[in-house]
Amino acid sequence: MTIPPVPYAIAPESTDTVSAEEQQFNDLIAADSRIEPRDWMPEGYRKTLIRQISQHAHSEIIGMQPEGNWITRAPSLKRKAILLAKVQDEAGHGLYLYSAAQTLGISRDLMTEQLIAGKARYSSIFNYPSPTWADMGSIGWLVDGAAICNQVPLCRASYGPYGRAMVRICKEESFHQRQGFEILLELMNGTPAQREMAQESVNRWYWPALQMFGPPDDDSPNSAQSMAWNIKRFSNDELRQRFVGMLVPQAEVLGVTLPDPDLRWNEEKGVYDMGEIDWTEFHEVLAGRGPANARRLQRRRDAHNEGQWVREAAAAYAAKQAVKAVA
Amino acid sequence: MSAPGASEKEIWPLWEVFVRSSRGISHTHVGSLHAPDATLAVRNARDLYTRRNEGVSIWVVPADAITTSDPDAKGAFFESPAGKNYRHASYYTKSEGVKHL
Repeated sequence: MTIPPVPYAIAPESTDTVSAEEQQFNDLIAADSRIEPRDWMPEGYRKTLIRQISQHAHSEIIGMQPEGNWITRAPSLKRKAILLAKVQDEAGHGLYLYSAAQTLGISRDLMTEQLIAGKARYSSIFNYPSPTWADMGSIGWLVDGAAICNQVPLCRASYGPYGRAMVRICKEESFHQRQGFEILLELMNGTPAQREMAQESVNRWYWPALQMFGPPDDDSPNSAQSMAWNIKRFSNDELRQRFVGMLVPQAEVLGVTLPDPDLRWNEEKGVYDMGEIDWTEFHEVLAGRGPANARRLQRRRDAHNEGQWVREAAAAYAAKQAVKAVA
Repeated sequence: MSAPGASEKEIWPLWEVFVRSSRGISHTHVGSLHAPDATLAVRNARDLYTRRNEGVSIWVVPADAITTSDPDAKGAFFESPAGKNYRHASYYTKSEGVKHL
């Protein structure tokens, strides 16, 4: 999508002429190098990254809720400690990403404001409720699994701070996916009621997890530009296909059935054929009409308001100490 | 020029975090965070960047206290070492095959 630069000698006044700094940016991208915060970058690149990184951060923060729901009701002390560690990781991931977005010139407070005002998006997956303990398994296995599949290529994103944040996140996510898998495996080795609970949960999370990769390629308007800028490395459909390819053998180990009657191996293409994804549901949830959208945002808003006095007190204390230090 | 991420619009300033992963190794930049003061920045850094035994010591530095070379003058600023490959051992090839050199 890069337009070849017009040679300076021919059209010095032309608006098509690429400035020296833009040329440097283009060269860095062409060399698959990294852009750092103080480098010149096109406005569109900056905006795309702010949107993507802040949405990603919001997803981590809102993503604490479906699991936070089970901390007080985890079936053992060990499970509770693991779940606490996992939810704390999600908070950490949100903070790494907010910091990365801040290097692009947006303030933390503005991002929070956009989120609690309902103006910012986050992954639609977190607008589904988590009514059973098996959901802790499905979220780890399917939701974190899909997230890892999406995020591993982002470690090579052209914007340095984003890529570095993703490296840390990916390292930590692998524990999340494995612990989810273990929860499901234990349930599948349990009583018939426990097996049923695991299967029912997988049935609910499977399709929303596949939707996490975003709309199909022919309906993903920003993808081409993001790929040209080396932010995105693979298309939505490619990543979704790769994910399903990994899930099938894992589901066999678990002994669960993936709820897609059309799922079968295509010998010729060397991939799994899948059934149609319900994109109407995806768009409904994105538009705020999912099963838990209102509840998630309200919880985030309450937490922010309830923390107001803490933030103010900490800032006032810091100001007072700074005055003392001068005196 | 203000540091990336350290703007007037922030209620809490941004801090850069450096972690020493074990004795004998220098502190390495691991990322940034925002916090109202240095004491809380160190605590937040512990919670945010050392949840898995990643460090034995933490430095936090206000992001706007860092002075940096001018990014626009990158080429000119770092030009002098270019063409001076005689500063590297690999420049000297005539001793090839001679031991302990």
